[in-house]
Amino acid sequence: MSVLVFAEAINNKYKKSSLEVVNYGAKLASSQGSNVIVLTNASADAAAELGKYGAQKVLNFESDSLHDNKMLSQIISDVANSHNADTVILSDNSKGKSLAGRIAIKLDAAAVSSATTLPNLEDGFVVQKSLFSGKAIGHYQMKASKKVITVAGNSIGLEEMGQPVAAEAFDASAYNATVEMVETKRVEGTVPLPEAELVVSAGRGMKGPENWGIIEDLAKTLGATTACSRPVADTGWRPHHEHVGQTGIAIKPNLYIAIGISGAIQHLAGVNHSKTIVVINKDPEAPFFKAADYGIVADLFDVVPRLTEALQKFKAS
Amino acid sequence: MNLLVCISKTPETTAKIAFKENDTQFDTDGVQFIMNPYDEWYALVRAIELKEQLGTGKVIAINVGPPSNDIVIRKALAIGADEAVRVNGEEKSATFVSKQIANYAKENNIDIVFLGKETIDYNGSLVGGMISELLDVPFLSYASNLEMEGDTATVTCDIEGGEEILKVKTPFVISAAKGLAEQRIPNMRGIMMAKRKPLVVIDPVEVTENEAIASYSIPDSKSGVKLLDPENMDELVRLLHEEAKVI
Ligand SMILES: Cc1cc2nc3c(=O)[nH]c(=O)nc-3n(C[C@H](O)[C@H](O)[C@H](O)COP(=O)(O)OP(=O)(O)OC[C@H]3O[C@@H](n4cnc5c(N)ncnc54)[C@H](O)[C@@H]3O)c2cc1C
Ligand SMILES: Nc1ncnc2c1ncn2[C@@H]1O[C@H](COP(=O)(O)O)[C@@H](O)[C@H]1O
Repeated sequence: MSVLVFAEAINNKYKKSSLEVVNYGAKLASSQGSNVIVLTNASADAAAELGKYGAQKVLNFESDSLHDNKMLSQIISDVANSHNADTVILSDNSKGKSLAGRIAIKLDAAAVSSATTLPNLEDGFVVQKSLFSGKAIGHYQMKASKKVITVAGNSIGLEEMGQPVAAEAFDASAYNATVEMVETKRVEGTVPLPEAELVVSAGRGMKGPENWGIIEDLAKTLGATTACSRPVADTGWRPHHEHVGQTGIAIKPNLYIAIGISGAIQHLAGVNHSKTIVVINKDPEAPFFKAADYGIVADLFDVVPRLTEALQKFKAS
Repeated sequence: MNLLVCISKTPETTAKIAFKENDTQFDTDGVQFIMNPYDEWYALVRAIELKEQLGTGKVIAINVGPPSNDIVIRKALAIGADEAVRVNGEEKSATFVSKQIANYAKENNIDIVFLGKETIDYNGSLVGGMISELLDVPFLSYASNLEMEGDTATVTCDIEGGEEILKVKTPFVISAAKGLAEQRIPNMRGIMMAKRKPLVVIDPVEVTENEAIASYSIPDSKSGVKLLDPENMDELVRLLHEEAKVI
């Protein structure tokens, strides 16, 4: 019996979410008394580092193209079968979730996406996940003998727990893609929103797109990624990929600063799992204050530049 | 082309969430249901547009659920689906739903299965991959653009911090993200016509339950907001550093 983790690499680099799944797999394996195998699409050198996060055995194939979930799910399922793995752990991103359903069918496994806890093994195999826009938690009993789990980012923390291990090459040359890759585009420069630890977000209280300079200054000073509410993206004040909430991106950063956003339930649905929430709004009745850790009732045009200044002073000290 | 669109229902977003039977069941008492926005705004509309562009084919809406779902299915017909199917069963798990839909697709010569990227209540995002695997076809997930030329589709798929542009031949499954289409509001004529369109009810195939929600709980709420003096932003910075430890 073993746990198989798929750790996605981009240009031989791992994002935190990929390291977190290795950690998750290692912790699950140790609680079950089994071992953890990590399959990854990076060079042997890069892959060896996964040992630091708990991988006991690492299999690598070099490929930068994970666009065909049909092919990749076949690879992962084949490795699971040949290594006697009964649990497959994936990142909770667009790739991981697309793979999870496929692999669950191939292995006839129980599947849960966006798990926020390690499995509780006391009473079967139970993982938790957030439901109904964060208004409830579901406790999923995974009954089948095999399991597929995608792990929500920032759920169990990340720690170093081992030494690098030499990666063994996995031969993936016999697998053929069924989807043709035309082009991959990545937003350069800033950390993409789903992975950002620090987020500065603004809403209709900004009055117009021409006023976003103060938001960008604050974000730059903090090293944060910018986000916005839905009407702001819908009216074209900001690009669509910044839209957070129920119908936009759901995020879980360490710090979410909401500026001139009322805090409608559909907005909160995408951000209320942030570790710390700061709300700046001139209306003391704004619903966002109920979900906030720190609140400032003031005109954003006064207070945002002052916050930036205070941060600059802090960074310089 | 035969286009199948998977339609799910979800509680209206401001609905009060409560549980019954010792927190093992979602209490639907007084809860208003709507069509899942990704299904309604993007998947369904893009399928209808595609049929309009091609000038042939049909759009079939499918739902797995109880008779009370018919109201949501009728809305899909009012927006422009040609016919509808309801698999009469409780939507117990993603596996259950996927097997019903894949089964229908196999028997009905479907070229493209459209679905939403996720339901906004349970956020599973698993049904698409499962249906694709059951049909043994490619799965284009989180699609924000789809162009067809003959039997070849060019699809833009959202990935974290960017996008992938992919080419694939039918048959395939595609899950809709924001951008795939523009929301359409059903008009009076559509609503009237929907009443005359076929809504076929079929029995579910049997499925073993691989996973189930054993119970629900309510998360701990925030302990309350700390209001700070707007004149003293140094204090906020100090708290973020020393108390919250996030900077
Ligand atoms: C099905 C559905 C899905 C939705 N999905 C999403 C989603 O994913 N994301 C999302 O964001 N919304 C979503 N919405 C919309 C949501 O309901 C709200 O309408 C939206 O979030 C409001 O955006 P806002 O807070 O920017 O604007 P408003 O509600 O207009 O709030 C502006 C706020 O700015 C404050 N303000 C104004 N001027 C100042 C100033 N000078 N200084 C300080 N504060 C000021 C005001 O007090 C107010 O609280 C959805 C709605 C529906 C029906
Ligand atoms: N009961 C259902 N009937 C029909 N389609 C469904 C059902 N449940 C989910 N779907 C489809 O699958 C998509 C993803 O759902 P999920 O994987 O549950 O997040 C939804 O957006 C729907 O298009």
